[in-house]
Amino acid sequence: MSDPLVKIDGLTRRFDVSKPWLNRVIEREDKQFLTANADVSFEIGRGETFALVGESGSGKSTIAKMVVGLLAPSAGTITFDGQRIDAGAGIPRSLRRRFQMIFQDPFASLNPRWRVGEIISEPIRTFGLMNATDARKEAGRLLEVVGLSANDVNKFPHEFSGGQRQRIAIARALSSKPEFIVCDEPTSALDVSVQAQILNLMRDLQDEFGLTYLLISHDLSVVRHMSSRIGVLYLGRLVEVAQGKKLFTEPQHPYTRMLLDAVPDLALSGRRRRPVEGEIPNPISPPSGCAFHPRCPLAFDRCKQEIPQPRQTPIGQAACHALDHAVA
Amino acid sequence: MAEPLLSVRDLVVEFPTRRGILRALDRVSFDIMPGEVLGMVGESGAGKSITGAAIIGLIEPPGRIASGEIRLKGQRIDNITPEAMRKIRGKRIGMVFQDPLTSLNPLYTVAQQLIETIRTHIDCSEAEARKRAVALLDRVGIPAAARRIDDYPHHFSGGMRQRVVIALALCAEPELVIADEPTTALDVSVQSQIIEVLKDICAERGAAVMLITHDMGVIAETADRVAVLYAGRMAEVGPVREVITEAMHPYTAGLMSSIPTLTQESDRLVQIPGAMPRLNAIPTGCAFNPRCAKAFGPCTVERPELIAQEGGRQVACWLYDEAKRREVPHV
Repeated sequence: MSDPLVKIDGLTRRFDVSKPWLNRVIEREDKQFLTANADVSFEIGRGETFALVGESGSGKSTIAKMVVGLLAPSAGTITFDGQRIDAGAGIPRSLRRRFQMIFQDPFASLNPRWRVGEIISEPIRTFGLMNATDARKEAGRLLEVVGLSANDVNKFPHEFSGGQRQRIAIARALSSKPEFIVCDEPTSALDVSVQAQILNLMRDLQDEFGLTYLLISHDLSVVRHMSSRIGVLYLGRLVEVAQGKKLFTEPQHPYTRMLLDAVPDLALSGRRRRPVEGEIPNPISPPSGCAFHPRCPLAFDRCKQEIPQPRQTPIGQAACHALDHAVA
Repeated sequence: MAEPLLSVRDLVVEFPTRRGILRALDRVSFDIMPGEVLGMVGESGAGKSITGAAIIGLIEPPGRIASGEIRLKGQRIDNITPEAMRKIRGKRIGMVFQDPLTSLNPLYTVAQQLIETIRTHIDCSEAEARKRAVALLDRVGIPAAARRIDDYPHHFSGGMRQRVVIALALCAEPELVIADEPTTALDVSVQSQIIEVLKDICAERGAAVMLITHDMGVIAETADRVAVLYAGRMAEVGPVREVITEAMHPYTAGLMSSIPTLTQESDRLVQIPGAMPRLNAIPTGCAFNPRCAKAFGPCTVERPELIAQEGGRQVACWLYDEAKRREVPHV
């Protein structure tokens, strides 16, 4: 990609999950690490929606936190419009203003003791973009942009339903006029009819303000609807990156195929789903080689020994040895 | 038509609060035939779980069944003593809850819990009960069941725990299994395994299933018939294929088209404006009328009842009432 907005290179994050020092000494155990992400690289182009999908424990949210600088990576770099985002060294305000985040649970992400107007105008005040009177007016205007009423600025979050609260969270994310928004499961706490409203709103705002999204979700149909490109995570590694709709018609990696097979669909095709064998392994002691090999129908000897590197496929990239051997 | 296994008529469940009585279920009626899988769908707060809880007599006081009847094979079960209900619960009606970690006792091994349940309902020796338990665990797909049966619930992963819960619900060979969001806490790859097990094992034993979920995809692949709840009232009941592909009630139609699918081509999702009303502010007439694009004269005045349609379908909507439509000819 010629000029990506966000470039992520070799991103790795390990968490120390060891027992306390004394227990380790008594039980003669070593330190234990959980690798949430290993060697994740991808780029997000301007104005596109890049989605990350995966099951719980695959490291989706850890990536989101690292991208917005809430968590420092153990290794690897994140570059935003040519400038490095380094949570450890601090992010300059001029850069920090340009990306925002929408969280999963709108009941937890809004301060219950603040009025909606204060919540929405906080980024404006923090970044010193306007004076207080203008900030108030702006909060009202943003509420109308997300489909609420400008008079709602004086209400508290508990006076709103889940879907309305998520609208408030979106208005807050928009208030510092960002270019890039990380959406971590923005609709999974909402009912389907409300989910449709929020997804449509997100698309409208993208067209209106030229936003770039990183969308994190476990729901494949939501991801298909929203994204231009999709990355599939398994146990902290990116197994496949592909163009949005193509991923669903020509999946390359066996894990992607398995995931697509497992999704219950309204289409009533009458197909009997092939239930997948097994479950996600423990990330503290992942299988050797390709982490997917114990569940993979195509696995052979090399998969147990060597971690596959991403290679080009007709629709993007995938990390699988079977693709080399054209077994697939 | 054969006699229904479970028959619910005009069920009303109320919760008295300081600010007045809330009606969580308002005259809900439906039947479940023997061996049938009935899907119960609706958004949060529509009354899905309350319906399940009412059937097995687990409504938390001060909530109560205010009126209506629940019959299991013709016998009333909504007004019997707690003692009599205990004999039915577990024996004739099994239950699978959403979160497998909270429905198993963490202090007992799986073997103890299964054997206790089996011996409560079936007269047999401990050894015999254990044999049955192992066979059951094996059937729900737990590898090395004979060894793993002595493990505690925390030794199992989420998907395996849900299998144990299914075994527990089925161990007394009930006629009806109520599964309340059995796969919501699980990942998609595991979800399909659990649905498969639940469906196969119930079909094998001839048990009927009431599957409560908000996931239309699961219903589409599992249920024979589906009942759609909205604000504590039944909006539509019918065979699953017809309800999904050609919904009659405007709410069902909106709900179906608001779900993104893996095959659709359009760029925008259809959205229903607004949100489901709170229980203390249900509009007069049809509860859906403020959000309905097709609302007309009687919708704001009078509540529509379930009207039988062709093909075993029922819908509660004035659009399907010829007399009402004639009164307001411009619609």
